[in-house]
This record gives sequence, C-alpha cells and structure tokens, in this order.
Amino acid sequence: MATETLPKQEDNIVEIDVRTDEMLVNMGPQHPSTHGVLRLVLRTDGEVVSEVTPHLGYLHRCAEKVGENVTPIQFIPYTDRMDYLAGMNMNLAYSMAIEKLCGMKIPEKAQVIRVIICELNRIASHLVGMGAYGLDLGTFSPFLYAFREREMILDLFEEVCGARLTYSYITIGGVHDDLPEGWVEKCRRFLEYFKPRVEEYHTLLTRNQIFIQRTANIGILPKETAYQYGCTGPVLRGSLNREAGDPVWDLRKVEPYCGYETYDFQAIVPPFPEAPPEAVIGDSWHRFYVRMREVIESVKLVLQGLERYPDAEGSHRIEPPRHLPAGEAYMETEAPRGQMGFYVVGRPSKDPVPLRVRARSSCFCNLSVTNEICKGCLIADIPAIVGSLDFVMGEVDR
Amino acid sequence: MTSAEIIARLEEKFGDRIREKNTDAIDPYVVVDPIDLVDVCRFMKEDEQLSFEMLNCITSVDYFEPDPKKAPKAGFEPHLEVVYHLSSLSKNHRFVLKVMLPRWKADQPGELPELPSVHSIWPGADWHEREVYDLGGVWFTDHPNLTRILLSEDWVGHPLRKDYEFPLEYHGIRGR
Repeated sequence: MATETLPKQEDNIVEIDVRTDEMLVNMGPQHPSTHGVLRLVLRTDGEVVSEVTPHLGYLHRCAEKVGENVTPIQFIPYTDRMDYLAGMNMNLAYSMAIEKLCGMKIPEKAQVIRVIICELNRIASHLVGMGAYGLDLGTFSPFLYAFREREMILDLFEEVCGARLTYSYITIGGVHDDLPEGWVEKCRRFLEYFKPRVEEYHTLLTRNQIFIQRTANIGILPKETAYQYGCTGPVLRGSLNREAGDPVWDLRKVEPYCGYETYDFQAIVPPFPEAPPEAVIGDSWHRFYVRMREVIESVKLVLQGLERYPDAEGSHRIEPPRHLPAGEAYMETEAPRGQMGFYVVGRPSKDPVPLRVRARSSCFCNLSVTNEICKGCLIADIPAIVGSLDFVMGEVDR
Repeated sequence: MTSAEIIARLEEKFGDRIREKNTDAIDPYVVVDPIDLVDVCRFMKEDEQLSFEMLNCITSVDYFEPDPKKAPKAGFEPHLEVVYHLSSLSKNHRFVLKVMLPRWKADQPGELPELPSVHSIWPGADWHEREVYDLGGVWFTDHPNLTRILLSEDWVGHPLRKDYEFPLEYHGIRGR
C-alpha cells in the first residue's frame, strides 16, 4: 500500500545547485615562493585561479632618480643592487650603455675578462634559479647542491674584486682590476670540478618524476604572447621552436657584444630530444631546462675566455671621458634573466651627470605575463609557474 | 633593414606625418605627433617588412632645468619626450620612436599631458605605461587600468619630473 503513495523514482531526484563563491586570495608579499617581496592577488573559484594580479613596488629604491643625480661611475654600485644575483651582468649592461654613448673602444683584454666574469656570474645565477625553483616545488636538496657550487664562484669573485654579492667590478672603460695571479688556474680547477656536477642536478631534479609532473605542461607561454609582452631570456627561448624556424633569440648571438661572435657556443632553444613526453614547448619544464643547458654553454665560454686571457692585448681598463657627451644611447645585453637594457641621455651642456637613466628590466617584462599564463591553473601550480619565470624583485622594482 | 631603410619605409607610408627624423644619432629615431602614434605603431608591428613584434621599453624624459640660473645654458626648451624602443625578432632590427609632449597639458601645472595608449598593439605596454605614468607623469588615454605601479597609490607627484619636490613625510615617516 505504502509503495503506491510514494512518488515515482524520477520525481525524487533533487537537482542540487552547487554554487561556489569567487574568492580573492592574497599570496605574499612575504610568501616564500615569490622570490622576494611580490604580492599576488589571486581570484579563485575553488582551486581554480581565474586571474592573477601582481602588485609590485615593495623593493622600489628610486634607482632611476638616483641615476640622474650621480655620475655614471657613482651609479655602478646601484646597478649591482638591481639584480643582486647577477651583479656583474648588471654592471656590464650599464657600462656598455655609457661606453656606447661616449663611443669608447674597449681593449681586448678587458673584453675577455668581461666574458669570463659574466659567464661565471650567469652560472651562479642559474644555480640559484635552479635551487630556488626546487624549493618552490618542495624539494630542499638541489638548493644545497646549487649553493655548494655557487659558493665556489663567489670565492673566485671575492678574489677578483673583494665582494661576494655587490661587485661593482665591471666598470666604464673595462674592468676595475686585472685578474689576480693564479686566478686562471683556480678558475680552471673549479670548472673541472663543476662540469660533472651538472649531471647531479639532472638526476636530482630534471629527471625526477615528481618534478616533471609538477612542471611539464603547466604554465604554457605561447611564442606570440612572449613577443607581445616583451619576454626575453630563458623565458622567451623556452617558448621558441628551432625546428619550426623561430629565430634563435640570444643577444650574444644576434647582436654580439664583447666579442661573443668569436666564441664557440650555442644558443639554447627547444626542442630537446631528452624532454619527457608530457612536456610541451613553452611550459615551465622547458624554461627550467633552457637554464640548465645554458650553464653548460657558459662553462664552455669561460674555458675559451681563460685560454685567450694570457695572450689578450691591451689593458684591462681605459680612462673614461670626464664629461658625458650630449645625445642618447640605448644598449641591451643578455643578462641571465633576459635582456637588460639601459637608456642614457646625456645633457647638451655636457655635464658629468646624465639627464636621464632608464633601466629596462627583463624581469619586469617577464613578470607582466604572469596573469596571461596563470589563467585557469590550480593554486598549487602558481609557485611552479611563477618560479619558472625566475625573476628577482630587486630588478623588477629597481 | 638598416635604420635608413626603416625611416624611408615610414616616410613612404606616412609622408609628413613623420614630424622629424634623425639618422645621425647613435640610435636613429623619428618623431611623430601624439594623434598619429597608434597608427604608426600598428603599421610598424603589422607591416611585413618592419614587423616590430616586441616593444622593449617606454621611457619618459623630462627636458627641464629647475635652476633658473642654469636654464638659459641648458641647451633645450622645456618639454617632455616619450621614447619607444622597438625591436623585431624575425627581421633582427631595432628602431626608436619618439613623441614630443608639453610638460603640462595646456601649460597648466599639475595637468598631465596626454598620449594614446599602445597596449592594444603590444599588451606588454600596459605595465610600461603604468610605470611612465607613475614616475614620469604622462596620462595615457584609453589605458584599461592606469594606476601607480611602483609607488603606493596615495603618493603625490611624479618623481622623475625634474621639478619634483621630495616629500617631507609620508604617513608619519620623516623624509629627511
């Protein structure tokens, strides 16, 4: 009897309207995986992120305003503090902008030292990038391995210029001092020690299945987007495809400076035959792997530089002119994180102080693409994507 | 393409809308009017011979000498320049585009000069323009979100102007 009064099965189904709320989540500015003081505001629906808004400026130190109040030589220490992981490359970028403005020709010996030092700094910087990326993804050991080797590079730098982080070594007209006696040998010994270590990093991180699953096919940056946002360096190169005929965009190759055209090295552009099957060009894994391969190329460059050093002609430094000429010059160099450019305007009254100094920060442009590539990913993937951009907030905020 | 060829290509298309050219400078450049900026930029990006896919940098330069004693010898008339550094990856060339602006709109101190935004051509211009507005004091019309980017939202003034006055205090923090 009772069964007759019950409604039919179909009518019994209640449509449950599952509604989720949008939520704004603050990530940072003291979040350990934001590489400095960056605040990301995530618009999330459950675990899915629909919008990422970076808020910058926590590390703004008025570098450009300082630049137009001090002479170029006085400004060199400020460039160290922009990208503090690659101080030498920052010194180089600014020095070369001033040299371009003054029309100076740098002697060969200074050029060779610059190449050696900058490539060593590139290795150190990529090591931190690699180690910190491991930290972002929750593995601690690669960081310790990376710092073990970086420490030795810092020791070499300390011997050259006395500083371990803010070098001010490369200066206008060359480098501050010649390499000390016996340094070349020490550097060779370090490279001998370092070369097999790269394989260790690959075992620890690159070929680690967990690492691959967290980075492959995540945060894909298409080539066109990279162009439009002005992404450069490993971030751009990770999105290019050599086989599809994309330009092999490395300033050391396409617009050589410091005599890079005479060195034998490769610009690293995918595809990589050793890439795991789940990785696609432009994802976090490729950006990371481009850096790892660049380390090996830098080792080659340093070795070639060391070979040339004893026979290199000229002095390590020439005297810069006392006054800046009128006019303007824009110079970009390939820093570890992308194209670092300086735009310097000299006063028509030929003051020693420039009218304007503009730093074109590579990380600033690389970071501006965050929202574009984080759309639709999970919250847990944000550190994996943001970490793969490998920026230094000191350079973004200047 | 060499910069002379780029200038020739631009002149062929725009004629005397290219206001000024300088081929002797270290980085040769052309000057356009603010109203022509978007047209010229779109052409530079979409033309097959030029194809400037990348906007490297936007800079504002304030030509002004705050010291009245030095002003006659400064060697320039007070004005503001906005400089666009462009590069092409497929063609491997660079170029510089400039826009001249008055220091203040209609010579009213405090009224920012206006310039059309190019973020619809290069989305990366978004942040660059925000920075130029923040530090250099240029108002970009039809920019989607023209707010300060490096300084805090309640900051007063645009520090890269030569007549910027340093604040004496900020929220109880003494400036000097």
